[in-house]
Amino acid sequence: MSKKRILTTSMGDQTLRLLTLLMAVSVLVLMAWMGWQMFDAARPSIQKFGLSFITNRVWDPVKEQFGALPFIYGTLVTSLLALLLAAPIGLGVAIFLNEMAESKFRAVVGFLVEMLAAIPSVVYGLWGIFVLAPWLRETVEPGLAKWLGFIPLFQGTPVGFGMLAGGLILAVMILPTIAAISREVMAAVPNMQREAALALGATKWEMIRVAVLPYAKSGIMGGIMLGLGRALGETMAVTMVIGNRPDILPSLFAPAYSMAAVIANEFTEATYDLYLSALVEIGLILFGITLVLNFFARLLVWSVARGPKGGNVV
Amino acid sequence: MNDYFRKYKNLMMLTVFIGATIIALIPLFGVLGYVVKNGLSALNLQFFVNLPKAMGLPGGGMANAIAGTLIMVLIASALGIPIGILAAIYLTEYDRHSWLSTAVRFATDVLTGIPSIIVGIVIYTAVVLKMGNFSALAGGLSLAVIMIPLIIRSTEEMLKLVSHSIREAGFALGISKAKTILKIVLPTAAKGIITGAMLAVARVAGETAPLLFTALGNQYWSRSLNEPTASLPVQIFQYATSPYKEWHQLAWAGSLVLILMVITLNLVARYAFRSKSI
Amino acid sequence: MGQTLSVRQLEAWYGSNKTLKGINMEVASNHVTAIIGPSGCGKSTFVRCINRMHETMPGTKVKGEIILDGKSIYDQDPVALRKMVGMVFQKPNPFPSMSIYENVVAGVRLNGMRNKQNLQGIAEKSLRMAALWDEVKDRLNYSGMSLSGGQQQRLCIARALAVEPSVLLMDEPASALDPIATTHIEELVRQLKEDYTILIVTHNMQQAARIADSTAFFLNGELVEHGATSEIFTNPNDKRTEDYITGRFG
Repeated sequence: MSKKRILTTSMGDQTLRLLTLLMAVSVLVLMAWMGWQMFDAARPSIQKFGLSFITNRVWDPVKEQFGALPFIYGTLVTSLLALLLAAPIGLGVAIFLNEMAESKFRAVVGFLVEMLAAIPSVVYGLWGIFVLAPWLRETVEPGLAKWLGFIPLFQGTPVGFGMLAGGLILAVMILPTIAAISREVMAAVPNMQREAALALGATKWEMIRVAVLPYAKSGIMGGIMLGLGRALGETMAVTMVIGNRPDILPSLFAPAYSMAAVIANEFTEATYDLYLSALVEIGLILFGITLVLNFFARLLVWSVARGPKGGNVV
Repeated sequence: MNDYFRKYKNLMMLTVFIGATIIALIPLFGVLGYVVKNGLSALNLQFFVNLPKAMGLPGGGMANAIAGTLIMVLIASALGIPIGILAAIYLTEYDRHSWLSTAVRFATDVLTGIPSIIVGIVIYTAVVLKMGNFSALAGGLSLAVIMIPLIIRSTEEMLKLVSHSIREAGFALGISKAKTILKIVLPTAAKGIITGAMLAVARVAGETAPLLFTALGNQYWSRSLNEPTASLPVQIFQYATSPYKEWHQLAWAGSLVLILMVITLNLVARYAFRSKSI
Repeated sequence: MGQTLSVRQLEAWYGSNKTLKGINMEVASNHVTAIIGPSGCGKSTFVRCINRMHETMPGTKVKGEIILDGKSIYDQDPVALRKMVGMVFQKPNPFPSMSIYENVVAGVRLNGMRNKQNLQGIAEKSLRMAALWDEVKDRLNYSGMSLSGGQQQRLCIARALAVEPSVLLMDEPASALDPIATTHIEELVRQLKEDYTILIVTHNMQQAARIADSTAFFLNGELVEHGATSEIFTNPNDKRTEDYITGRFG
């Protein structure tokens, strides 16, 4: 057969194919374009400060001094604190919902946990300002200082607004992410594994520990990394409770600043190009970190629950 | 003795998981409780019809912010929903298994994890600086960027649920592929796609960070889409961080309205359209 | 009226797996031709080549020639071809988003017919031909999914007939149905050959014997034997056909 076979003559088919292809490719273009836009806008700052940008701890726009270290520090401390609290609780929620709860109960509680993710960040911030921060200042921080004050983390004046407040509010916000991804990967564990463990006489906890968690481990890790990614980039709630002071202090009670928060607060007030460029560079660093983090997290989650080819084959 | 210990440990661990779930839900009820309590007492008709009053004066409202949020969410939906659905059609109907589709799927997943404030920066440098002013258009555009990956993901999941035999039935009737997709496959998955779209709308309706330097905010009505425009989340942020008691109350009222919007969208999406259409 | 089909040196691949290895076959018009053979013998692939559905799956390939009414099917737009060659599938697959009426007229309507009276006429005629009219005439606006399995399959037949094809391909159309529904379908096939050339794939040899004028036996991607049904079942030429029919394998 050397004759050419007619495949399609329909204009509509060609048009829809091209149109959808264009839209799909636009996602790739969008990601690359975002990276380029940021890099381009950050270039003056990158050229001027080089590596010292991330090691310099002085941020003083009036004297054209731009060091991002305090923001990196505040972001890392609050995010890690959030992770420390949210990872075990989120995993516990996932285990409860997937392995223990009755289906009706599971639907209701599952919905409530998802609502935790649906509440807008700015509302968490408002609640943080008027409820969480005063409570920390008057009750929690004096208590911690009294009992654990020998550790530098818990020394200093109780202010309420600071890294502890930021970490706590982030923990609440990333908990649904960790719980949802953990549920997804635990649901992908074949039931045979569970039954095999139970048939050997395992208790429920032993079944979870032996059959479910090892199988879902890398996916759960991925979920935790996604939660970390969300914490690093979360803006409004943190901006509203972290205290917004570019200092590096050991105490969790102390006001600090995060990368996203300084962008939110100073971006529209950046009065000259280098100032704006420095803020964009902070954004670029954030973009880079979350990109890499998401990349590896998705690889881990895909390896368990989704598969590189997008799941089920027809 | 050993068995007794195992059973005890089992019970203990199960209690820990229940405890974790309870702890997780405390903040939900904490936040909702305060928002309802403080919001209700500040919510009245003026809130919905008045413009903001000068600082410290009572009786202001957020009419322009509510309208601004609706307009920008509308712009975002008009852009994001069609683009997202079309891209998802490519991934499920034309090219399920190629490297390109895998790359697009991966980029989609990664994009959903990019902090929303980054989107704000990009739209600022690309649109606001070029056009010379903050605007509802720029705000809507940044929300659309956040929406697209969400729509792609949910639409793709729904299209994958449509049985292949439905597509074959269409082809076998001499219906072109384009018409089979648009008139047969999409309607079959419509409920799920609408659910996904509503959840995406709910998500971007509460976004603050990407609007801060795209739409900025406005104390008055905006007369065109090319002017700085107020939005509910940004207004809440500005009022919450102000030193005035009257504004704090408005922030609570605004939060109540915002949360009601978001939760209603979530509930309608989940329950009105829950029955899987396939 | 039905039309003749002639298949020449047809080869088909699924990935690297060659499922048809050079088929030559003449299909008479207004005949019911049954395709029998063990699973994996290529009988499904064969009928799916005739309306060029096989090529819609990724990783497939076809070589050879199929002539329908004197014209190569590969010189035609597959979408246009499929209006002449209808198909009914193994499992009933009505469109879930459409009513009974919409299902029947889907083919003509999506190809541009708007006239409501014409559409209603086509719907009634097709449903009558598929022997479903009396059962559904009072609930044409109900979902196609509300029907029983056998009714759904007849709805799918009506949907295929509404496009007015000249050839009808049926890929094990009764395998998912109960005996009574199967009887209905067989009855229908016998009547439809007045107007159509019918190719029916079946794994049920009694069914082939009951309804087919001629029968083709496929094995491992090859056409072993093709002849009058009575010949094939009583006096086959090939030892392998005899083995299969007498149940020695397959």
